[in-house]
Amino acid sequence: MLNCRDAARMMSEEQDRKLSRTERLKLEIHVMICRGCARHRSQMEFLRVACKRYAGKFRNKDS
Amino acid sequence: MTLSENSVLDADFVAALRRDMMKFAILQLRNDVLAEDVVQEALAAAFAGIGEFSGRSELKTWVFSILRNKIIDQIRHQTRTTNVSALSQQEVGLDEAFENLFRDNHHWNPATRPKDWGSPEESLREKRFWDVFDACLKNLPDNTARVFMMREFLEFETSEVCKELSITTTNCNVILHRARNALRLCLNENWFSPGELSC
Repeated sequence: MLNCRDAARMMSEEQDRKLSRTERLKLEIHVMICRGCARHRSQMEFLRVACKRYAGKFRNKDS
Repeated sequence: MTLSENSVLDADFVAALRRDMMKFAILQLRNDVLAEDVVQEALAAAFAGIGEFSGRSELKTWVFSILRNKIIDQIRHQTRTTNVSALSQQEVGLDEAFENLFRDNHHWNPATRPKDWGSPEESLREKRFWDVFDACLKNLPDNTARVFMMREFLEFETSEVCKELSITTTNCNVILHRARNALRLCLNENWFSPGELSC
């Protein structure tokens, strides 16, 4: 079974590459049973959103 | 057309634009002098074609696309002389901090297991959140930040980041993970930990 440390790494990597079917399956099952990892995953997703928004703040707002 | 003839531009607008460009460039280049250079070049290039713009936001978007290219050129130049995979003490510290989140069996240590951030999107509307976010980004070690900013701010594909910086994909993933972990912990500690404020 996937451990939390490897799952955490995988959750960063899924922001950068398409995980293989096996990796994705392992990860989905892991986050179903591990609340810490489920939170970690949504926090990784939040970082992506925040970065996009922050970069956009510079170039889009009407100064 | 000269600057003064163009209704889109006035001194205040240009000053504010320049300030935003500087902030953006400093975040990526982590060097005020180099940032100043790329901003000057981008403004000069932008003003050379100024007549074609109808509005400020359109102009701003365009100026930032020029700035992005100038920043990329500068990064290419920098990385010819820097080894971005070199680890500083700070980077070693971040890797240790990550390992310390887990017990010997590699599952979360109960004390450091990710906490509930509630609805973090609501933070995106708060100015103070962005101040913390900015401080956390600036606190990343230089090499880690370079790779991360290219990926997340300049929106390069990971494969392009690796290629541009001449690092392996594995290394690229390691660095990006280090950056995300540092950023997550920094926000967790300084923004998402209610009730722990000392003032």
